Amino acid sequence: MLQYSLKRLLQGVVTIWFIATATFFAMHVVPGDPLTSDKAVTPEIRANLEAKYGLDKPLFTQYTIYLGNIVRGDFGISFTQKNREVNDIIREHFPVSATLGLLAILFAALGGVLWGALTALFRNRLPDIVIMFLVILGISVPSFVMAALAQLSLVNINALFGVTLLPVGGWGTVAHMIAPSLVLGLGTMAYLTRLMRSSMLEIVNSDFVRTAKAKGLPATRIFSKHQLRNASLPVITVLGPAIASITTGGFVVELVFAIPGLGRYFVQAVQQLDYTVIMGTTVFYGAFLVFMVIAVDLVYGLIDPRVRLK
Amino acid sequence: MSQPLPPLSAAELTPVAVEHIAEVLTRPSLSYWQDAWIRLKANRRALISLYIVIALLLFTLLGPLLWTIDPSLQDLDQISQPPGVDRMATLVTPYAPWHGESLNDPRDSAIERLHTVGSADSQAVRLRWNSDPEATGGYRIYRNIFPIGAERAYGLPLVMSIRETWFEDRLDLKPRTYFYTVISLNELSEQVGTAQTITVELKRVITVEDAQKRGLINTEVTPTIGTSVELKLHPLGTDYLGRDLLARLMHGAQVSLFIGIVAPFLFVMMGVAYGAVAGFLGGAIDGLMMRFADFVVALPFLLFMILFKIMFGIGPGESGILPMLVAMIILSWPGTSRLVRGQILQIREEGYIGASRLLGAKTPYLVLRHMIPNTMGVILVTLTFAVPSAIFTEAFLSFIGMGVAPPTPSWGSMCNEGIKTMLTTPHELIFPAVLISITVLAFNLLGDGLRDALDARMRSRE
Repeated sequence: MLQYSLKRLLQGVVTIWFIATATFFAMHVVPGDPLTSDKAVTPEIRANLEAKYGLDKPLFTQYTIYLGNIVRGDFGISFTQKNREVNDIIREHFPVSATLGLLAILFAALGGVLWGALTALFRNRLPDIVIMFLVILGISVPSFVMAALAQLSLVNINALFGVTLLPVGGWGTVAHMIAPSLVLGLGTMAYLTRLMRSSMLEIVNSDFVRTAKAKGLPATRIFSKHQLRNASLPVITVLGPAIASITTGGFVVELVFAIPGLGRYFVQAVQQLDYTVIMGTTVFYGAFLVFMVIAVDLVYGLIDPRVRLK
Repeated sequence: MSQPLPPLSAAELTPVAVEHIAEVLTRPSLSYWQDAWIRLKANRRALISLYIVIALLLFTLLGPLLWTIDPSLQDLDQISQPPGVDRMATLVTPYAPWHGESLNDPRDSAIERLHTVGSADSQAVRLRWNSDPEATGGYRIYRNIFPIGAERAYGLPLVMSIRETWFEDRLDLKPRTYFYTVISLNELSEQVGTAQTITVELKRVITVEDAQKRGLINTEVTPTIGTSVELKLHPLGTDYLGRDLLARLMHGAQVSLFIGIVAPFLFVMMGVAYGAVAGFLGGAIDGLMMRFADFVVALPFLLFMILFKIMFGIGPGESGILPMLVAMIILSWPGTSRLVRGQILQIREEGYIGASRLLGAKTPYLVLRHMIPNTMGVILVTLTFAVPSAIFTEAFLSFIGMGVAPPTPSWGSMCNEGIKTMLTTPHELIFPAVLISITVLAFNLLGDGLRDALDARMRSRE
């Protein structure tokens, strides 16, 4: 297990290096000089920046400086905002995105397992048909449309009751978090429900369930101990990639719900061509995703011994 | 010991008539594709999806030929027009200024405190109310498009404080129902007394001059004031610039479906080539090629999509269909290549390949006759599932302003524009959103059906 973990971690580090390198060279190919913008850059700032990034030095030197800065955890200073380090931006806004993403994942995983198990239990009956119809809707409707529809219905619901049950946008209290995290998790939940359903249907016909039945175990115990636990294993495997899709889906939800998260910041930085913020957040997000996938794999190894033994 | 049986005589034995009782168990031999087609036809959901996809393609390709309105033409008479065929407007005289005087309308003498003066139409709404002795700080007027509910949301404040007891609203009027509210203010600009709300339904009007300028009525004949004229038809309504939504949806479909179909086609082809080479060569080269594919998979997809777009020098607000295509291809091929490599590795070891080789088949024959046809099902299924995700990606990028830029419409950018006015004119968001959803749904169900029909191993257990 230790060897496996170390191997995975090493792979992760190499992957992050690859992401950082790809980001560096992609941004380097961008036509023009990041310092020649419409806004006047005073000679002092220019000299400082050139010294910091070694822009007067050869490409390879710049690359090593860049890598060195990343290893030290220094992503540089924003180009469009005065006196703001990329690290500060990440430190301030990432917790918001992470909270939102975590809630969404939690909601998606719990919902997916629950609905999936339910559809399998009621196979081809009304609950199954209704839930699967909703699942297909959840997979087909883009997240920004879901977000807009959620806001629209929140406005109407609030107007109907005459009080603000749930705020339509913004961030701060638990009430603010509910609607956006539900919307963000919806697509993933639909996907997980489908996965859970087919895995559950497979397990229902497996030998160990039949054995458990033959031993006379009560149906509820078979369901909770044998079926649910084994059927949710595939759900855990796809949680890693699901975290990736939820993080990027978060961009849109943050935009629509006016949440001060890192995703919204990234989109803003892209729109303003804020090079250091774009590079910093890309590498940061990339590293985050890589480690999340590794973490999920390791957890999976703990749950399912077959993975470790391979 | 048992008794021996008596001997049989020949008379006791009668010959049985020869009958052909063996069933003939043959039917016309079916090719793989014929079999797949039969399976697909039996799947109702997949078949309906196929029809929807064909209908969408017709809508995109033939639509603009039948509905020839220019998608970027702005019809300023009908901005944010809701869908429908109601397009009658009343001819009126040009706008004349008004200073609060009564227009000999019987309603002026009515006891209602707040009332309209003259006809309320899309040119102007004229309000008059009785003076309130408590209103030492004047009056404030609000306009809302929703009924004033329990939350007392009066809507848009048209004027913060006026002394007169009349007000003329000419701000961006649409032929619809408005709710006007007048509140009395004290010296501190605080509300005193109860608010008065009036419901006003606006008629759509057009001046004679405008109607003639736009060719809606004959210039020779002197038009009669008060008659109806027909404005241009916009069956699905118009957007915030008065552009025809149906025409924009058709042209937007060209961008969305072009990217949604061409990008997956190209990256699947690239993945097939890469995976086939890796699978064929095997060994160290295969390992190296697959490690590289693993790295590309690890790149955060949407971040790098955006990064690539910047790399190609396409800033925000510029249209970049080609860079979007290239970025999608660069980032999306590894999934297919892994799949195809696995298939090729598997097929290489199959008995029929060995048998074919034994009969003297050369490599090109093996590849063309055995390997490609046997991976084709998997490739086709991947392709179908790649279409909805490509459409989502395009919509996402256009939504955050990194996709196609105005005036070129795409479904994603139309959603982006529609979301800004979704409370007042939801149709601008709903139509493109529904089209995206239907397209994605159709391709997903078609993919499911194709998988069931083409690939026995991947067959879903539903």
